[in-house]
Amino acid sequence: MALVQNFPFAAIMLYLAGGVTCCVLKPKASKWVCLVLNMLVTGLMFSVLLFTVHTGESYVYWMGHFPAPWGNEIRIGPLEALMGTAFPLVMTLTLLGGMEHIFEDVEPEKVNLYFTVVSLLMVSMLALVFTNDLFTAYVFVEINTIASCALVMLKYKSGRALVATTRYLIMSLLGSGLFLLGIIILYSITGHLLMQPMSARIQELFASGEYAFPLTVTIGLFSVGMALKSALWPFSAWLPDAHSSATAASSGILSGLVIKSYIVLLIKIFYRVLGSEEILSSGVTDVLFLFGVGAMVFGSFYALKEKDIKRLLAYSSVAQVGYIYAGIGLGTKAGMIAACVQILVHAATKPMLFCTSAGFMSVSGGSRRFEDLRGAGRRDPLSGIAFTVGALSMIGIPLFAGFVTKLWLTRALLSRLGWKLWIGIAALVLSTVLNALYYIPTVSLLFGRRNDHRFDDTKPQKDYSYLIAIVCFIVLNFLLGTCSEPVTGIIETGLSVLS
Amino acid sequence: MGSNLMTNYFEATAVICFGIGFTMLFLNKNLIKKVIGFNFMDSSIFLFLASNGYISGRISPIITNSSVSSENYINPIPAGLVLTGIVVSVSVTAFLLALTTRLYLRYHTLELDEMIRLSNAEET
Amino acid sequence: MKLPRFLAVFLNWVEGEEVFPVPEQASGPFHSERIKKADPKKKPQTPGRKKDHSKLLSALYSALSVIVCLTVILTLLTTVSWLPRFGGDHNPVENEVYTRYVERELEEAGAVNTVAGMILDYRAFDTLGESNVLFIAVCSVIILLRADRKKDGSLNIPELESTPEEKPDDIIFRCAAMILMPVGLVFGIYVVLNGHLSAGGGFSGGAIIGASMILYVRAFGSEKLDKVFTFSTYKWITFAALITYTLLKTWSFYTGANGLESGIPLGKPGAILSAGLILPLNICVGLVVACTMYAFYSLFSKGGFGNGQ
Repeated sequence: MALVQNFPFAAIMLYLAGGVTCCVLKPKASKWVCLVLNMLVTGLMFSVLLFTVHTGESYVYWMGHFPAPWGNEIRIGPLEALMGTAFPLVMTLTLLGGMEHIFEDVEPEKVNLYFTVVSLLMVSMLALVFTNDLFTAYVFVEINTIASCALVMLKYKSGRALVATTRYLIMSLLGSGLFLLGIIILYSITGHLLMQPMSARIQELFASGEYAFPLTVTIGLFSVGMALKSALWPFSAWLPDAHSSATAASSGILSGLVIKSYIVLLIKIFYRVLGSEEILSSGVTDVLFLFGVGAMVFGSFYALKEKDIKRLLAYSSVAQVGYIYAGIGLGTKAGMIAACVQILVHAATKPMLFCTSAGFMSVSGGSRRFEDLRGAGRRDPLSGIAFTVGALSMIGIPLFAGFVTKLWLTRALLSRLGWKLWIGIAALVLSTVLNALYYIPTVSLLFGRRNDHRFDDTKPQKDYSYLIAIVCFIVLNFLLGTCSEPVTGIIETGLSVLS
Repeated sequence: MGSNLMTNYFEATAVICFGIGFTMLFLNKNLIKKVIGFNFMDSSIFLFLASNGYISGRISPIITNSSVSSENYINPIPAGLVLTGIVVSVSVTAFLLALTTRLYLRYHTLELDEMIRLSNAEET
Repeated sequence: MKLPRFLAVFLNWVEGEEVFPVPEQASGPFHSERIKKADPKKKPQTPGRKKDHSKLLSALYSALSVIVCLTVILTLLTTVSWLPRFGGDHNPVENEVYTRYVERELEEAGAVNTVAGMILDYRAFDTLGESNVLFIAVCSVIILLRADRKKDGSLNIPELESTPEEKPDDIIFRCAAMILMPVGLVFGIYVVLNGHLSAGGGFSGGAIIGASMILYVRAFGSEKLDKVFTFSTYKWITFAALITYTLLKTWSFYTGANGLESGIPLGKPGAILSAGLILPLNICVGLVVACTMYAFYSLFSKGGFGNGQ
C-alpha cells in the first residue's frame, strides 16, 4: 500500500491525539496545535485527493487486521478525498477568521477546551465522510452531535446560547435515535454492519421482495434522522437560534461543515448501502425534493423578515440546505452533482459571511441589529467587500461560486421532464429573487451613511489572521465560480465509483 | 402485518417503548422529562438490539475449553454494540443534565417554552 | 439528612407536589442566595399556575403527541412483525460474521471473552470513537459546570455560587460504605484486569471503580480525596490513558492495513497476560471511565474537583 493511502487514517488519528492534547495545554499553545494540525491535515488530504484523482478509483483501508465483513474499515475515493480536503481547509480559514472572537466570547480558562472540541468535531466529520461501516457512522454521529452542541454552548454568557444548545441537542438526539434504529433493523435482516456486504445482501432482498416493508421503513428512518440533524426545512426550527447565538467561528463551522457532514453520510448510505435504483423506486427522493424546494422558498422568506444579521445568515443556511436536498431529490446523477457542488459552495461562502458579521459587530459596539450596523461596511472595508462577495455568491451572480450550483441545478432540472421540472424551476427563480431581496438591501445598508456619529471613532480589528482568512475565502469563491470544471469532474468520477 | 409479531415480543415491547420515549423527548416541554424520555428511547433500542443476537438454547460467548464451535454460543455482536450504545447514552445524558442544571440556575424553570421566552426577553 | 437540591426537586416532581420548593428552603450544593437577590419582575411564574395558554391549544398539542406516538409505534410494530423470529437460528439472517468471531477469535485475537475480542480488536475503531464520546461529554460538562474561583474571589459562573459541601453524618451509611467501598474497588479492578477472560472489561470495571469512589465521597466527604485527586490529576490521567489508547491502536491499524505483522504476542488463551493489546486497552478504558464517572459526580454535586491546597 502506497504511503499516501495511509493519510486519511493518519488524519483521523492526528486529530484524535491533538484533541486530547489540547485538553492539557494552555490556551495559546492549544490554539497553535489546532491550527497547525488543520493545515497539516489539509495538506495530507490534498495529496490523497491528487492520488485518487490520478488513479480514478477508490480504495479500502482496513482499520485492523481483518477484511470486510469482520473488521472496521474506511474507504476513500475521489469524492471522499475532495470533501476530506475541503473540510479541514474551511475549518482552518474559519478558525483564523474568528480567532479573536473565540478568545473574547469563551471564558479564558476554557479556551483550550474549545480547540479540543473543534479537533474532535473534525475527527467525527472526517470519519463520517470516510466510513465504510454503519455502526462506526453512528458512533461518530454522536461525537459530532455532542461536539457541535458544545460549540454553541461555549458562549454560555448568553442565556440564549444555552437554550439554543438544548433545542439543538434534543433535535439531534431524535435524529440519531432514528438513525440507530434504522441500523439495527438493517442488521437484523442482513447480519452485516459493513456497507459492502450489507449492500450485496440488500440487493438480493430487493430482488426477491423479501422484507420489503422493513427496508422501506429503514429508508424512511435514515432520511428523517439525517434530515433532522441537517436541518431540512420542516425540521429546521432549531437552526437559526443555534447558529446565530454561537461565536462567529462556531457559527461558520456549524453552518458550513457540520450539517454537510450528515448530508455526505446520507448520500453514502443511499449510494453504497441501499442502492440508487431502490432509493428512486421507494419514492423517498420525491419527498426530499419537495422538502428541499420548500426549504429554498421558506428559508429565504423567513430571512426576508429578519433584522439581525446573524439570524439572517442562519435562515439563509436553511435555504441553501434546501438546494442540496433538491439536488439529491432529483434522483439523477446531474442532480447529485449539483448537490455536491452546493455542499462545497456553501462551505466556502457561509463561514466567510459569519466571520465578516463578527467584523461588523466589532465596529458597531457588538450589536447585531441592522440599525446599529448601518455604515459598518464603510468603517471596516475589508469585511464589507467580503460580505458583498458572499452575498453576490449566495444570490447566484456569474463569476461567483453560487452561480455554479444554480447552473448545475438548472441543468439537472432540464434533463428531467415532469412535475419536478416545473416546481423546481419555479422554486429556483423564486428563491433567487428572494435571496436578492434580502442580501442586496443588507449590502446597501452596510455601505450606507449614518445620520449620527455613534461609531465614528471605532477602528476595525487589526488582525492578520482575519485578513488572511478573508482573502483566502474570497479567492476560494472566485476559483469555485470561474473554474469549477475540475471540481465537478472530480465529483462526477467520485459519484461513479461510489456505488 | 407479518407473521412474527407474537414471537418477536421482545422487539415489539422495545418499539412500543421507543415510540413513547421518542414522543416524550420530542414533544414534552419539561426538560427533566425530556431526559427521561431520551433514556427510555435509548434503552428500548438496546433491548431491541440485545434480542437480535439471542439464539435459544445457547450460552454466552465466553469460550470454554470444551468447544469452539459456533453451535454453542449466541451472537456476540449485539452485546458489543449495546456496550457502545450505553456509553454514548451515558455521555449524552450527562451533557443534557448539565445543560438543564445551568438553565435551571439561570431561569428557575424546567419548561423549555418558558426558557425560550425568558432568554428572548433577556436579549432585547 | 438534607437532600441535594436537584434530588429534592426531582422527588417533589415524582410525588406530584409543587415542583419548585420555596427558595428559602433550598438546600444542598446549589443553595442560591442569588434567588433572593434576583429581580422580582423577572421571577418566572410556576407553570402550574400559568393560565395564559388557551385550553384548546394544549388539547391540540396533547392530541398531536398521541398521534405522533401511535404512528411511530404502529409503523415500527408492523416492521417488527416482518423481522426474523426471536431466538431462531436465523436472527440475524446471515450468521457468517458471528460464526467467524466465535470460531476463530481465539487464534486471531486471543481473548476467551469473544465480546472483548470483538470490540477491542475486530471492531476497535468503533470503541476508540466510543471512548472519545465519553471524553468529549466530560469536556462539555466541565465547560458547563466547572466553577473556577477568579482572583477577586468570585466564581466565574455566578449561578454556581455555592455553600460549602454538606457533611454527611449517617452512621449506618458510613458503616455500610466502609465495608462496601474496598470490596467494590477491588472487584472493579478485577473486572478490568479480567476483561479478556470473563464477562466485563474496561467499561464495566471502570464504572464499578467510579461507583465505589462516589460511595466513599458520599459517606466520608470529599476533603481527603480532593487532596489526591485534583483537577489536574484527573486531566493528566485521562490524557495519558487516551493517548496510550490512540497510539496503541494507531500501531495496530497501521500494521493491519499495510499487511505487516503487529509483533504483539497473543499469549496462551486463558492466561492473564494474553490477548495482545486487549489487556492494556482495557486498563486505559477502565481508567478513563472511572475518572469520568467520578468527574461527573463531583461536577454535578459541587461544581468541580479539589484544587489541591
